[in-house]
Amino acid sequence: MRSEYKLIFERSHEGRRAYDLPECDAPDAMNEIPEELRASAPLALPELAEVDLVRHYTNLSRRNFGVDNGFYPLGSCTMKYNPKINEELAPLFDDVHPLMDPEMSQGCLALMKDMEDMLCEICGMDAFTLQPAAGAHGELTGLMHIRAYHEHRGDFDRKVMIVPDAAHGTNPASASMAGFKVKEIKSAPDGGVDLDALRAAVGPDTAGLMLTNPSTLGLFERNIKEIAEIVHEAGGLLYYDGANLNAIMGVVRPGDMGFDVMHINLHKTFSTPHGGGGPGSGPVGVKKHLIPFMPVPRIEENSDGMYYLDYDRPDSFGKIKSFYGNFGVIVKAFCYIRSLGGKGLKEASQNAVLNANYVMNKLRGIYEIPHDRTCMHECVVTPTEEMMENDVHTSDIAKALIDRGYHPPTIYFPLIVHEAMMIEPTETESRETLDEFVEAMRGIAEQVKTDAAAIHAAPVTTPVGRPDEVTAARKPIVKYEG
Amino acid sequence: MRSYVPNTEKERLEMLAEIGMKSMDDLFSDIPADLKLDRELDLPAPLSEAELRDLLHAYTVMNEEGGPLFRGAGAYRHYIPSVVPQLAMRSEFYTAYTPYQAEMSQGMLQSLFEYQTVICTLTGLDAANASVYDGATAAAEAMLMLRDNKRRKKILYSAGLNPDVIAVMKTYAHCAELELVEIPLTDKGVTDVSAVAANMEGAAGVIAANPNYYGCIEPMEEIAAAAHEGKGLLAAYVNPITLGALKRPGDYGADIAIGEGQPLGLPLAYGGPYVGFMAATKKLMRNLPGRIAGETRDAEGNRVFVLTLQAREQHIRREMASSNICSNQMLCAIMASMYCCVMGPNGMREVAAQNIAKAHLLAKKLCEIDGVSLRYPETPFFNEFVIDVKNAEAVNTALADYSITGGLILPDGGMLWCATEMNSAEEFDYVCDIVRDALEDMGGED
Repeated sequence: MRSEYKLIFERSHEGRRAYDLPECDAPDAMNEIPEELRASAPLALPELAEVDLVRHYTNLSRRNFGVDNGFYPLGSCTMKYNPKINEELAPLFDDVHPLMDPEMSQGCLALMKDMEDMLCEICGMDAFTLQPAAGAHGELTGLMHIRAYHEHRGDFDRKVMIVPDAAHGTNPASASMAGFKVKEIKSAPDGGVDLDALRAAVGPDTAGLMLTNPSTLGLFERNIKEIAEIVHEAGGLLYYDGANLNAIMGVVRPGDMGFDVMHINLHKTFSTPHGGGGPGSGPVGVKKHLIPFMPVPRIEENSDGMYYLDYDRPDSFGKIKSFYGNFGVIVKAFCYIRSLGGKGLKEASQNAVLNANYVMNKLRGIYEIPHDRTCMHECVVTPTEEMMENDVHTSDIAKALIDRGYHPPTIYFPLIVHEAMMIEPTETESRETLDEFVEAMRGIAEQVKTDAAAIHAAPVTTPVGRPDEVTAARKPIVKYEG
Repeated sequence: MRSYVPNTEKERLEMLAEIGMKSMDDLFSDIPADLKLDRELDLPAPLSEAELRDLLHAYTVMNEEGGPLFRGAGAYRHYIPSVVPQLAMRSEFYTAYTPYQAEMSQGMLQSLFEYQTVICTLTGLDAANASVYDGATAAAEAMLMLRDNKRRKKILYSAGLNPDVIAVMKTYAHCAELELVEIPLTDKGVTDVSAVAANMEGAAGVIAANPNYYGCIEPMEEIAAAAHEGKGLLAAYVNPITLGALKRPGDYGADIAIGEGQPLGLPLAYGGPYVGFMAATKKLMRNLPGRIAGETRDAEGNRVFVLTLQAREQHIRREMASSNICSNQMLCAIMASMYCCVMGPNGMREVAAQNIAKAHLLAKKLCEIDGVSLRYPETPFFNEFVIDVKNAEAVNTALADYSITGGLILPDGGMLWCATEMNSAEEFDYVCDIVRDALEDMGGED
């Protein structure tokens, strides 16, 4: 049923209130502030009773879809189940002020230190910082290590970051923000790095290579050792984009593959909820030779076994975020790792890969599989030629999936596959969920033949239809005007 | 061992058989054998839910908190109405990804559109983005906005910004090869406006905080005038909780407003997750980084919300994007928006008034103690102020014995105190007695 939903500003009634503060026990001091510095009018915020505010947001939430609502195979985003116990335990630390003296925040410091150690073991790295707030922030932080490393050696000409054309959009954007020139290299026909193209791209200006492994096609980069060798021999460093780490926990480690620096998305691999677009957390791990450049502060332990924050690190490239990271998110990921242990993490990765291959196998013959070999935690499929002839594209299939109760896969990415649909089931889905999803995909494929118009009209079950995005961008309305 | 995998051992084997494999290991045959880990990860043993709960409690016991708090300096303890965290726990919100599929994400998109409207209302500006990581990264992104808009690499910043914010700006500036010029404070604790004017030549703009790190309310109108006079822009770094009482950035001519949204309904949580907000004039809207929710229509004419102006963003523009930001702090943003809507115009004014009242009472009582003085007595302040005292360490040690967290000790030995609506006048008397005794004991030792 289509329906508009009033904005909270449209529900305001003058004089209603939801707030409740104690009587002020200090004398009014507003006159201590000169009038010319004070607000001249009350803020034009809505006035609502508590019950109306609660219903507003509760009903808004019903116009949204999360992992708790259903299957969410959004490729590259690892939308696995978010355990409830972790949500309950993270707020235990809500009242700790970040500038408490270290003697009073030993618990927080110890937890972060323990988390860093566990991430080092999982990834085969020598040190981790938990400061970055999200994956892209982790990329930027990781690249700052590479920049600082070259600068420290007086190697100021290494300005080029090599990025495969299959990379996430954040990779080239992060490289530019870190001050590098981006050199894009074309992928080989099998979707992996083209070794000849890489050899031709490296040189004395190479700062490094950013790589996702498994790649954004969901395929393991079989030539990883040669790639590492080529980059290192040219004097560059190897950056690991950890977006796809969920495929390989306990199986193979980025540190052992030859990567010098990497980030993790705690909100993907380590089960913390994505919050509708954050907060995430993007810890960065490095090998020994990059430790001196890590952001301040580092958590260190003194001879009495007390943790403290070390800001006295002369070669550090500085600070990248207020305080120490998205601590609340870090706690949830910590809980996840402590719940599963080493064996459980490996079990998670194995089942993530199993589920992806199971889905890919069942979709074979219904959709095209441009790179048909054992995939890792996600697979990329495309519409058949027949579908395209009926003018049914990836976006139409996505909308038709919505009507069948699913969040669509990632669409039109990776860019190197025309009309890509990137499906990442994750390990937390049951066989029957996967079977039902495949049936839905089959049903869409059949409907293309019988009633393509119905697919073009999808979605019909949602509160609103397909938005006019062109007008939204041409004549932007980005706030309520009253 | 805890497992969140639904499929049983039997089902897994059947699934493997269906894809023509015998074991899980077969799935990983693409990985060179010599790279594979030949052992189990060496992690602590897995815990049951009950054991995990005990473990987390053990970490909390290592912390010592819960007593009165008089520390702000970038993170503030305010009352969080119960509805804010409860509504944020609607799992349709918190277990969703970024709203790429608008039709099934109207709840989040509309909430973000409302958040942007709230931020525009607070700041008096035309457009806001859907959040960045925190206040410090908002300031760093603002710096890049100034550069992109003016195509100049020189940026002035006030020494009154939070040192953490300055540190983050410097890190980003090094990468972007910007020239950062620090504008000193006067002996009244506010930005030296004549130094702004003197340094504007070739600068894209100024970033200044209000109130500043030392609690002082800045002459923002004059700073804006100096920036504009020099053909640059002003980015105002503001504490949003002050805006129920103080002039808004748009009122004094700021072109960009940024800040840390944590005071708006987010817990201290040892420093995060918080939320950075960014707002700008219409002219600068397309320079804003990150997600922006916009209003449009569907084919039937229903109002629909979408992510818009995406041509600025990394997934479209790649290395030419205005920022690399992808995930930001959406859930924190809607919590801040919920907070402001719970408070409404009167609640926002009331909470600001209470902060001003409490901080002024605390300052007055502290300064009645021998050996304590306000560093900037002529400068108006909101909920923080600096005092000079002969031994700040001794003061805080004495307070810590009573589980009280005193003001933050500054590198020069001064103390930055904060009082909010969460502190009571009764606490002030108690604290002042402890401070007085501590200083008297010291006096005896001199």
